[in-house]
Amino acid sequence: MSDRIRFILDGKVKELAGVDPTLTVLRWLREVERRTGTKEGCAEGDCGACTVVLGELRGGAVRYRAVNACLLFVPALDGKALITVEDVRGAEGGLHPVQDAMVECHASQCGFCTPGFVMSLVALYESEPTPSRQRLDDVLAGNLCRCTGYRPIVAAARQAYDSGAPRSLAAQEAALTRLLASVQRRDTLALEHGGRRFFAPRTLEAVADLLQRHPGARLVAGATDVGLWVTKEHRALDTLVSLAEVEELRAVTVTGTHLEIGAAVTYADAHAVLSAHHPDLGELVRRLGSQQIRNVGTLAGNVANASPIGDTLPALLALDASLVLQQGMVRREVALDGFFTGYRKTGLRAGEVITAIRVPVRSPERAFRAYKVSKRFDQDISAICGAFAVTLSAGRVRDVRIAYGGVAATPMRASACERALVGRAWDEATVAAVLPVLDGELAPISDARATSAYRRLVARNLLRKFQLETAPEGAATLAATRVLVAEEEA
Amino acid sequence: MRRAKRDASLVEGAVHAPLAHDSAVRHVTGAALYLDDLPEPRDLLYAFVRLSDRAHARVTRLDVTAAASSPGVAAVMTARDLPGENDIGPVLPGDKVFADGLVEYWGQSLFAVAADSIDHAREAAFRATVEYEDLPAILTIEQALAHGSFVLPTQVLRRGAPSKAIARASRRLSGRLAIGGQEHFYLEGQVAMAVPREGGGMLVHSSTQAPSEVQHLVAKVLGLAASAVTVEVRRMGGAFGGKETQAAPVACVAALLARRTGRPVKLRLDRDDDMIFTGKRHDFTAEWEVGFDDEGRIRGLELVLASRCGFSPDLSGAINDRAMLHADNCYYLEDVSITSHRCKTNTVSNTAFRGFGGPQGMMAIEAIVDAIARELGQDPLQIRRRNFYGRAGRDLTPYEMRVDDFVIPELVDELERSSQYQERRRELARFNARSPWQKRGIALTPVKFGISFTATQMNQAGALVHVYTDGSIHLNHGGTEMGQGLFIKVAQVVADELGVGVDRVQVTATTTDQVPNTSPTAASSGSDLNGMAARTAARTIRKRLAACAAAALGGKAEEVVFAGGKASVGRRSIDFADLATLAHRERVSLSATGFYRTPRLHFDRERHRGRPFYYFACGAAVSEVQIDTLTGEYKVRRVDLLHDCGSSLNPAIDMGQVEGGFVQGMGWLTTEELWWDEAGRLGTHAPSTYKIPACGDVPDDFRVTLLHARNRQPTIHRSKAVGEPPLMLAISVFHALADAVAAVGEHRLTPRLDAPATPERVLLAVEELRARLGQPALREAAE
Repeated sequence: MSDRIRFILDGKVKELAGVDPTLTVLRWLREVERRTGTKEGCAEGDCGACTVVLGELRGGAVRYRAVNACLLFVPALDGKALITVEDVRGAEGGLHPVQDAMVECHASQCGFCTPGFVMSLVALYESEPTPSRQRLDDVLAGNLCRCTGYRPIVAAARQAYDSGAPRSLAAQEAALTRLLASVQRRDTLALEHGGRRFFAPRTLEAVADLLQRHPGARLVAGATDVGLWVTKEHRALDTLVSLAEVEELRAVTVTGTHLEIGAAVTYADAHAVLSAHHPDLGELVRRLGSQQIRNVGTLAGNVANASPIGDTLPALLALDASLVLQQGMVRREVALDGFFTGYRKTGLRAGEVITAIRVPVRSPERAFRAYKVSKRFDQDISAICGAFAVTLSAGRVRDVRIAYGGVAATPMRASACERALVGRAWDEATVAAVLPVLDGELAPISDARATSAYRRLVARNLLRKFQLETAPEGAATLAATRVLVAEEEA
Repeated sequence: MRRAKRDASLVEGAVHAPLAHDSAVRHVTGAALYLDDLPEPRDLLYAFVRLSDRAHARVTRLDVTAAASSPGVAAVMTARDLPGENDIGPVLPGDKVFADGLVEYWGQSLFAVAADSIDHAREAAFRATVEYEDLPAILTIEQALAHGSFVLPTQVLRRGAPSKAIARASRRLSGRLAIGGQEHFYLEGQVAMAVPREGGGMLVHSSTQAPSEVQHLVAKVLGLAASAVTVEVRRMGGAFGGKETQAAPVACVAALLARRTGRPVKLRLDRDDDMIFTGKRHDFTAEWEVGFDDEGRIRGLELVLASRCGFSPDLSGAINDRAMLHADNCYYLEDVSITSHRCKTNTVSNTAFRGFGGPQGMMAIEAIVDAIARELGQDPLQIRRRNFYGRAGRDLTPYEMRVDDFVIPELVDELERSSQYQERRRELARFNARSPWQKRGIALTPVKFGISFTATQMNQAGALVHVYTDGSIHLNHGGTEMGQGLFIKVAQVVADELGVGVDRVQVTATTTDQVPNTSPTAASSGSDLNGMAARTAARTIRKRLAACAAAALGGKAEEVVFAGGKASVGRRSIDFADLATLAHRERVSLSATGFYRTPRLHFDRERHRGRPFYYFACGAAVSEVQIDTLTGEYKVRRVDLLHDCGSSLNPAIDMGQVEGGFVQGMGWLTTEELWWDEAGRLGTHAPSTYKIPACGDVPDDFRVTLLHARNRQPTIHRSKAVGEPPLMLAISVFHALADAVAAVGEHRLTPRLDAPATPERVLLAVEELRARLGQPALREAAE
């Protein structure tokens, strides 16, 4: 009763049957297909040597996205086109403009990371107009190069755009659109092999049905964390249910009061609306993982994963976000505050699914800021993340939210500190006075990312910084308080 | 059309032309084959190595029965099953293929399994039973010093009477600096594939910088003659010193299992195992006391270096020697003692890494010079200048080598001007005065790096050149290609010698059965040594061809000119391919070997005196940073580099080495932090926790210039080695960060900043400095 995975490879429909549904696309390419241009550098989605491009139908057109083949399970290919470095060429054959520029700019040395860089830049070249340096940094943050120092790679990206050479994937897009249309499915993709099951349902109803039949099933969307259980922990996963193809969960809705982000909306797709309403939340999402991760990972996954250092969680707490949950056909809405019940534990009930995150829209009275502090600025997990929202009334605190990641077993609100602030003047002296209260609420650990002492110190300093940036009079500009704000924004 | 443009540049002027890497097109199309990409032989087995999970323990029980009977398993190999020797220490004993009853670091190999799939091999390995009896572990430099735990005897390099000179000096300072280690993070992890050959021989494909050494060690563990083992490497996906000695255990395990099973075996470490199992750059501490005059000139220096070598000597002797030999950097140290402790710890055995101890020695002296400047309230650049090597009387290194090609003063002047250092320093002062939370810093630091292996016997190389009757050329040499562009550089040399386009020269995989007894491709020496050897081989063939051409065209052999794909005498010429055919018909050998040994080297390692280096490669850098004094986060805003590559063989390739080396060094001194827990377990064993620079860490304003000056020594086409020296240009980033921290105290105090300067260390340095500012009494007590 197992379906076949159907996708497009080399301009043809490829069908896969009898494969372990947790086999990664990287292993399938290298070990089964012997397509060795795609490399394994880390098998955890951090180095980008395995980057491939997925083409998928969205609104009748093909969208190209760079993804990490090392974390992608083969069933995720169903209904999509897989493009690897072996497929990349220019519109008239020969090298793709990106490849050509990489050669001309001496952008490869050992060459091992190079196919991954090529694929990240091809996805960009085929999808977006000339990028800024920051956009290039964002797109390439998930590709590590140990030889070149990146300068020639950035130069190659710019030269490719300057060449004005046509987009080569666009030339074959009509044919690819037809092929992709031929492999779309309306019903659940159901795979079973060697005692392992994988389902990709299309409707919430089907999800509910599957969870009832398979109570122990693990829900995934981008599976960027669950992928690590396979590639790093070598765990055997019995039953996976993917939410990625559920159309109802792909919606981004903006109402008068809320932004509602469906559980299958990727970080990349949520970024624009989050940024528009809450620039600092957008900034957190921009720096979350890498482009490859953001192209498949979801906000709901970040919440369900409940990591104490989940990047977006402090911000969602400070913004009073809530979750829409569904169990069978029963729906409820709960506040995110209180949802994290212990280390990587949540209040999600058996068979219950997060269907959406609801984030209040920006309000003019409430100032919101979020700060992620990590060892490396891009593509790193926070050592500590602080998010704050304050509403003032005549220079005094009417309402305040203080939330942190990386200082306790769960993302947390510093409630005692919040209470201590209410009603007081929003100035440096007040903040200094409540710091001992804040300190008493924190329980950070020392690990590879930071010491507990540093986490405590930065937690205090971030609250100070927030006050400086939101002071009722003479608030500091971002250029005065943030190291990475370009001068033109000052 | 673009291709045509590139090809046109390949035909003439091969040497000094900015040609693309020989594999550039294959890199970008995914067609370049790395070891794991090679077609797999039939019956290939996959190996997995089980690593210890104790830092120091007796293995009381190792029962592999369950592993051996696990599905798909073909063989299990422990220390007791070796046909030859277990010890594969490169210089001195101590490194073992498998731990034999005693585990000396967390991550040491216990045994290996070969199975029909990597999943089966891994599953089997974890079915074995391992029991330990824990022993006390020494994990840090401080613990090792306290216990007198050393892998090698302490060395002292002394000149004059430093303690007297310090006592006599008008000013004195002392201090301490901790310098972190560094993971190589080559993108391609360690991998080898061993293929049994008839007659008991073994072909080993190894991702290694040291094919001859791997050959000898594989022969040793198999109990074979070296001639029965061939080691081959076409290219590595990065190495940086990490595939010099560290490739050997991987190759040995694959070969042992291949020998046992009679089947080909591949061993590829996954990223975590690779980072846990293999050695890294040594972390160091430097403690110093310096005496200097009111002008900031160093009068006497006592410097004590200590490094964490790990559990075995590996290459630690030479690495720590090089640290001592670079503790002068560009500065004349008249009365000086440099003590070097080589600490034995229950951690992975640290190894070669780009710079090979030199960077750590240089970090020490740069911190000292910086501290003197802060103490005197002067710009550190001024104090650096005052201490530069100079004319006779100030031109002898502590090891008494004359510094006779010192381009640093002019180079630093030029960089100071081109980077607008002085204007920017003033602008920074204005910025810092009006910016309470964000501070900016700038630093200019110089680099003088000694070129040659300090082990004199390693400064030799061989090459083999064949010309075929169609005029195509086959080039093989002992150097390995790890991305540094060695193959294209040496091909350019050969093409230049024979007057043909470089596209005629085919460079083939480095293999021990074509060129024997080679030194590792290390110490920046690849093109110096192999370029010379290849030129010698090509020159031998050219002389023979010249005789043929002279006979055919008339004239003397000495008058024959090889250029433009032709051999010419006056106006008469013969196409190179026709000449090759003619020579073959005349029964002239078209194959030759070449050999090179670096001249002028002599070094007494016991006395630390002599000329260990053929010449020095120099450069300087200016970096500007901004720090956030509330979080310690920072951004490198602008970098200017000026580096001396001599008369560059290939400026595009050399530019890549300068930029890439700088960024790698920047990672070492900023975000790349190795972290062990209290049990001695490495916590940073994957890129999720170990952070090398990403694209966004490199400033958009990154100005790199090569100084083209002929090497005073007659190196290959008067070029200079470039692999390692630029890494140390990144010391400017560290000092710019320190300068920004110092700005918190308006440059009156010396920040206490250790490396790597993570945001955490920067913030702690800010806090510590603020504490000293608030409590002047505390400062006096501390100093």
